[in-house]
Amino acid sequence: MKLLTEILEAVVLASSQIRPDIYLLSLEAPTISRDARPGQFVHIRCSHTYDPLLRRPLSIHDIGSKGELVLLFQAKGRGTAWLAGQQAGNRINVLGPVGQGFSIVANKKVAIVAGGLGVVPLLFLARKLLESDNEVNFFLGAQDCDKLLRLEALRRMEVNLFLATDDGSAGFKGTVTDLWKKHLRPGAFDWAYACGPQAEMAEFARLAERVALPAEVSLEERMACGIGLCRGCVTAVCDASGHKKYENVCSCGPVFNAAAVCWED
Amino acid sequence: MERVQAVKGHQGSLEVEIAGITLQNPVMPAAGTFGFGEELAPFIDLNRLGAIVVKTLTLHPTPGNPPPRISETYSGLLNSIGLQNPGVEKFVQVKLPYLRQLKPPLIVNIAGRTISEYAELASRLSGEAGIKALEVNISCPNVKEGGIIFGTVPEMAAQVTAAVKKQTSLPVIVKLTPNVTDITEVAKAVVDAGADALALINTLRGMAIDLETRRPALGNIIGGLSGPAIKPVALYAVWRVARAVKVPIIGMGGIMTAHDVIEFMLAGATAVAVGTASLVNPRALIEIIEGLEDYVAAQGIDDVRELIGAVQI
Repeated sequence: MKLLTEILEAVVLASSQIRPDIYLLSLEAPTISRDARPGQFVHIRCSHTYDPLLRRPLSIHDIGSKGELVLLFQAKGRGTAWLAGQQAGNRINVLGPVGQGFSIVANKKVAIVAGGLGVVPLLFLARKLLESDNEVNFFLGAQDCDKLLRLEALRRMEVNLFLATDDGSAGFKGTVTDLWKKHLRPGAFDWAYACGPQAEMAEFARLAERVALPAEVSLEERMACGIGLCRGCVTAVCDASGHKKYENVCSCGPVFNAAAVCWED
Repeated sequence: MERVQAVKGHQGSLEVEIAGITLQNPVMPAAGTFGFGEELAPFIDLNRLGAIVVKTLTLHPTPGNPPPRISETYSGLLNSIGLQNPGVEKFVQVKLPYLRQLKPPLIVNIAGRTISEYAELASRLSGEAGIKALEVNISCPNVKEGGIIFGTVPEMAAQVTAAVKKQTSLPVIVKLTPNVTDITEVAKAVVDAGADALALINTLRGMAIDLETRRPALGNIIGGLSGPAIKPVALYAVWRVARAVKVPIIGMGGIMTAHDVIEFMLAGATAVAVGTASLVNPRALIEIIEGLEDYVAAQGIDDVRELIGAVQI
């Protein structure tokens, strides 16, 4: 397949701080918006110098109604802090779209399980799954009701929304995986997708496998090149014959078949 | 536009020669930052490079180190990849046919756990069409067996070089580690053992600690530092080695721009390798070559070889 990845200087259209450490950034990057598939990411230079040096991988959060590329991220290090400081009109160097996205099924009952910042790639996924006439059941979890991200945006979409918080301040009290488990019976869903903390995705994968449910996860790993040059961002997966091997999260993922990931590593 | 006119106005030659191989320009990728070439092909015209250098090959498939393998430092990159590669047989079957049809000379980088593995790799690859030189990696800081062990003791470095030379008629480039007291001792030892050229420097050993977990930031505990942070160290090593040996040097370590290339050439490098820059900007190799074209044009330099070792002391 022809690689559609490009490097471009994207104009910042808008930036807003939606939580003390969470930012929503929209960029004008028409070719990336046109070619992006849910689960893919963009790799962003977070400096005009060599410090910070490396790009930062950010999953594509949404494509807006006017074709804008929407990113949702937590400012937690020097790179993302720089990105959080960018204002409308600034130009930033973006490489993308990169990576293997989620499988987009049609006419199915699907479950989407989002823990914390795991909502980032899953909102765009929900939008595309709705376009393909799926029944979308969206399970959204966080530590408390203030940390449930993009709640209003999800409420405006035609998804069945289920909420979970660790402290019970909104919806089910417990993890989002525990909430999903209560709805999980053989045949309840045809396909499932997840992104969130490692332990929750491991549990998601175990539960899905138990009822033979096809399931995909989006993984995160420290990354350098983002395009398969350096083998820096690997995760352990089991191949068909059960042998463990390391695969690039950037070019073989970031979306993986949940059953293939070696979760204990 | 300005660039095109400058080059038209004066077209200095960028051609250099390393161990009998002519390079159309002195810029090549550093092993391990270029995959097996195909990964960068969507971004740059590989045929414009001075040479092609692919990821280190081992005799058998190498799984590499446990993640995390990457940790960013101030203007630098710590990595502990651990030579992950599919092994020499799969390389020959799957990767070589693609690389063979590219125009720039192909340099294949090899690493063994023992001296006999180096020799076996050299012998296996020498019979394959399309390979123009071998680069012997005796400087990887991230593997338990072989690698850097051979690069830190001059006698062992010489033994590896001699063993490889015995198995191949291809030019042999030996890639040196800076993690030694005196890099010129190792350089002289491998040249005496028959090395046709030297490549330096490989990464500097380093580590980082995650304060949240109080564990090393890298799965392998230690890694190798690259990027602009190490450039002065690399330049100094090239300058010293250039004064100590007569063979050509491929200089590397933190090169990000054409001006960095000029510095390495003035210090004594005949050619250069660009590594970490490609991980930040996939077009870096080509932008550096174009920057070099601009530089020689602007300076009225007829032949880029004038620059080699021309630093005024």
